[in-house]
Amino acid sequence: MVTQPKIKVEDLKLWYGDFRALHGVDLDINENEVTAFIGPSGCGKSTFIKTLNRMNDLIPYARVEGKVELDGQDIYSKKMDLNNLRKKVGMVFQQPNPFPKSIYDNIAYGPRTHGVKKKSELDEIVERSLRQAAIWDEVKDHLDRNALSISGGQQQRICIARALAVEPEVLLMDEPTSALDPISTAKIEELVSELKQEYTIVMVTHNMQQASRISDRTAFFLNGHIIETDQTRKIFTNPNQEETENYISGRFG
Amino acid sequence: MNDLKEKVAHGVFLLAAITSILSLVVIVIFIFTNGLPMMIDYGVFDFLLGTTWNRTTFGILPMIVGSIVVTIGAVLIGVPVGIFTAIFMAEFCPPSVYRFLKPAVNLMAGIPSILYGFFALRIIVPWVRDTFGGPGNSMLAAILLLGIMILPTIISLSESAIRSVPRSYYSGSIALGASKERSIFAVLVPAAKSGIFSSVVLGVGRAIGETMAVVMVAGNQPIMPRGLTQGVRTLTTNIVMEMAYASGQHRDALVATGVVLFVFVMLINGIFLYIKNKEAK
Repeated sequence: MVTQPKIKVEDLKLWYGDFRALHGVDLDINENEVTAFIGPSGCGKSTFIKTLNRMNDLIPYARVEGKVELDGQDIYSKKMDLNNLRKKVGMVFQQPNPFPKSIYDNIAYGPRTHGVKKKSELDEIVERSLRQAAIWDEVKDHLDRNALSISGGQQQRICIARALAVEPEVLLMDEPTSALDPISTAKIEELVSELKQEYTIVMVTHNMQQASRISDRTAFFLNGHIIETDQTRKIFTNPNQEETENYISGRFG
Repeated sequence: MNDLKEKVAHGVFLLAAITSILSLVVIVIFIFTNGLPMMIDYGVFDFLLGTTWNRTTFGILPMIVGSIVVTIGAVLIGVPVGIFTAIFMAEFCPPSVYRFLKPAVNLMAGIPSILYGFFALRIIVPWVRDTFGGPGNSMLAAILLLGIMILPTIISLSESAIRSVPRSYYSGSIALGASKERSIFAVLVPAAKSGIFSSVVLGVGRAIGETMAVVMVAGNQPIMPRGLTQGVRTLTTNIVMEMAYASGQHRDALVATGVVLFVFVMLINGIFLYIKNKEAK
């Protein structure tokens, strides 16, 4: 049986003003897998991940051509409800960015945005999301504390919990551990492996060990092109392209 | 040689600092030494709570009430308009409009208050008279005028407070599927609240201290305010109306009015500092 990919990208091009950042990217992202994007700085991987929930719309001079389909629906069509798209395709950023509000209000922000008002329902969502993000035990006794007062690693898991609270289908993670210490990084990697049971996860990473540890498929980006996409094991042991080989063996990047 | 240069520079800076501090100290001493004895002489309570003001009786309660009511009114008008303008400028305004709006707000801050008063006298006063009745020179006219005059303070400071909120909060909210409006009102504005609140406090300071513009439109009767369309006298206008010909205890009573005004302004600055310190923590 051939399953339809969760996200299908066809010939996606992106310009920042005159600068062309993506040159016709094609990619399928499968459901309940972790897909990792690797590549040197400036290769377009972070730019690309932002096109999947249209966060690139916030950059005034960015222009996109091509097609991104989520469950067969073109997300760049005029009919697309952007708020609904971003509810389905959540995002975790490189720098933890909790709101300057209590932990509880951070997690409840998304559900409240989408119309959940009942306190009991919100309590339930907050607890479930924090448990899913493996941080419930650390914060359950001070949910009213300002989310900026906890450690960076905890903040990042709060941000993951906040993203999960709106029940997304896809979770985009843009170098989620690059600002964190090794222990927090390990916790988040473990978490990602858990979360893929229920979510489709796309992750940009600078850290090739991280990609090889936790992803199922890996796409290698270079100069705005995808050079190669394959099973992670294949990419890291026996890539088809010489550039991939050179990059993963540390010859550049 | 360098050592000497440094000492001279140090001395110049110190002198400059001392000059400004010294003038503050002299002002405070002048106001309090001239005003306080009169208040004590006359009876502090009779002075602060007396409702009659004439050549021999000096009760300034009408002016205290007038100042407070006019300031509250100005805040009720100026604060929402100012904050919404600030939000518009920081988040919604197209660059082409901003290029014009920003200098316009700065210019508004620089217009001499006498010109505001002139505008109010010719535009607001007749409008109030025709629309609401009464003499026109009234509390309402003063409120509308001050509401406009505090706008630049509130707009500039609130705008920079909103702009200084990290952009990552905004992206975080958008990425959760929140609309632009919700992201602004539920995340950006609350994150900027201490800056916005400081702008309001400074606006209050401006409103309570304004004199020349108010004296032109407020009616200035030294009696308890009787309504929005009737005249009002504030602490500042009380001084400016009578200082030219006052002498003896009458003159001291006006300086004592200044003491009361000064205490109000200190309170406002205290609140401002308190917020700033809390923000710094």
